[in-house]
Amino acid sequence: MNEPIIEVNHLSKKFGNFEAVKDVSFTVNKGDVFGFLGPNGAGKSTTIRCLLSLISPNAGSIAIFGKQLASHRSEILNNIGCIIEKPDFYRYLSAEKNLEIFARISGSDSSKKDIQEMLEFVGLDGRGKDKVKGFSHGMKQRLGIAQTLLHKPDLIILDEPTTGLDPQGIIEVRNLILRLKTEQNKTVVLSSHQLSEIEIIANRMVIINKGKSVIEGSVEALVNEQELLLQIELSDPENAIKLIEMEYPALIVKHLYGSTIEIALDKEMVPKINYLLVNKGFEIHSLEPKRKLEDFFMKIIQE
Amino acid sequence: MLLKNTYNEFIKIIAKPRSYIGLGVLTALILVILFAMKADGSSYISFVTASFDQTLSFNGNILNGNLIAFIILQMLIVHIPLLVALVTGDLISGEAAMGTIRMLATKPISRTKIVLSKFIAGAVYTLILTIWLAFLALVVVKWMFGTGDMIVLNSSGLVILQEADIFWRYGCSFIVAYLALLTVSSLSICLSAFAENSIGPIVSTMGIIILFTIIGSLDVTVFDSIKIFLFTTHMASWRSFFEDPISMKDIWQSISILIVHNIVLVSIAVIKFNKKDITS
Ligand SMILES: Nc1ncnc2c1ncn2[C@@H]1O[C@H](COP(=O)(O)OP(=O)(O)O)[C@@H](O)[C@H]1O
Ligand SMILES: [Mg+2]
Repeated sequence: MNEPIIEVNHLSKKFGNFEAVKDVSFTVNKGDVFGFLGPNGAGKSTTIRCLLSLISPNAGSIAIFGKQLASHRSEILNNIGCIIEKPDFYRYLSAEKNLEIFARISGSDSSKKDIQEMLEFVGLDGRGKDKVKGFSHGMKQRLGIAQTLLHKPDLIILDEPTTGLDPQGIIEVRNLILRLKTEQNKTVVLSSHQLSEIEIIANRMVIINKGKSVIEGSVEALVNEQELLLQIELSDPENAIKLIEMEYPALIVKHLYGSTIEIALDKEMVPKINYLLVNKGFEIHSLEPKRKLEDFFMKIIQE
Repeated sequence: MLLKNTYNEFIKIIAKPRSYIGLGVLTALILVILFAMKADGSSYISFVTASFDQTLSFNGNILNGNLIAFIILQMLIVHIPLLVALVTGDLISGEAAMGTIRMLATKPISRTKIVLSKFIAGAVYTLILTIWLAFLALVVVKWMFGTGDMIVLNSSGLVILQEADIFWRYGCSFIVAYLALLTVSSLSICLSAFAENSIGPIVSTMGIIILFTIIGSLDVTVFDSIKIFLFTTHMASWRSFFEDPISMKDIWQSISILIVHNIVLVSIAVIKFNKKDITS
């Protein structure tokens, strides 16, 4: 059962004469961890700001939980937790007080106990009484996640939640997001400029570039079932190409550069090619699968 | 939701160091004035009363608490707006600068209620400042300088008010003075809705007050018709209660004009904040 939670159609937003979002459409279903992938400046944050009614779009429609955002704003926001760009808190207040303040105007009330439990959940137990002024970016990010979860929303929207974190922090935040899905069955939307990140956590995604949604679908379909570009560095590339073309006439083989050749193929073909070449006495120095999606995404970024 | 967020706004104001600057500065200013009065007060007023104290009967010490409270109010009413704006000019724009406005505006509370709760919190802060001023000017000063009849210079010249006839005048004065300061608060909240940092609204509030005060004091006929509509003209209306007889018509006019200012300014803030794209 695919129950749509967010439906965005032909969204557009101008800042003055500059069209930051031109034509973005996508659908997030219940239980998705939905990746919102695009290079810097693609319009991810702008789209997310529209979803949260921080800015009003110039055109297009947004429905969340099956209701139009424009006419059901409060009702919808009751059930959303979010971080946009970076989490900012009242620096002169403690972590607990900050959570109390945001909880008071969120969907449901939270007790002191809820707040303690939430601080524990994000690994900030013992720091609740400290002023946010002294928190590192990683601690604020975790406090931000606590703030998004406190009122137990069904939908969580995170804008580049791992940007600016150290490797340890990135892993912690990713694990937190995965736990939201597995333990609490939340719907999560997260934006990122890294395909690898979306691959790890998301099950569906949309790629946006220059304010337009380019491609949408399940991450598995887009990433894994895509044809690979297999790059092989080996001795005697000319003869290797002849051999492969003779054995598998359907494959397209190119001499890429030096002693490296490139073959477009399905994943299952990789061991067969490897076996063939080794068997015929070619020396393989490296064998590197490059996914087309990655290529595609890199091209988008470099355009 | 409005009450809950108003409560939040109080928590923020109480925790912000700048909220105490106003109370501290006010206390320091009054202490300086009191010190000056204690040290050299009689020479300060003797030139006013030199020709005067033989001709009228006067009960008690001329330089008493009632007179000094008047002097304090007169001196400070032009400076307190800065102390008000320091806090209220930061209420919306400070959150934009800090980024917390993003968090606030993605909560289910409406933007109108966000502005209204800030207005209420600002109004209470201004009230606390006014009450503190009243406490220092009336209670502390009277305790230090004693009480007695009061000489004032009003539109009909030097007048002596009987001791028993004074307290209620101060009470009413503070209410009107509060309304004037509330207008300053609304003005800076309104400007705050247009800004992304808190310096802008604070400086612009003071700029507007200075500009209006200058326009109000220029004796040029072209300005005569608009003077009455400048809220700064009514910032001195508290003094009307020391006239004899009191012109209630003028006072009601001032009160109405100030209330209209508050309503208009808060409405502009609400409309602007509702339309605003939050991009900070
Ligand atoms: N308030 C604004 N005014 C003008 N241009 C903006 C504003 N916010 C974003 N932009 C522009 O819109 C584009 C998309 O920005 P953004 O949505 O933040 O991208 P992303 O989050 O994908 O990195 C960028 O070119 C950015 O410079
Ligand atoms: Mg962004």
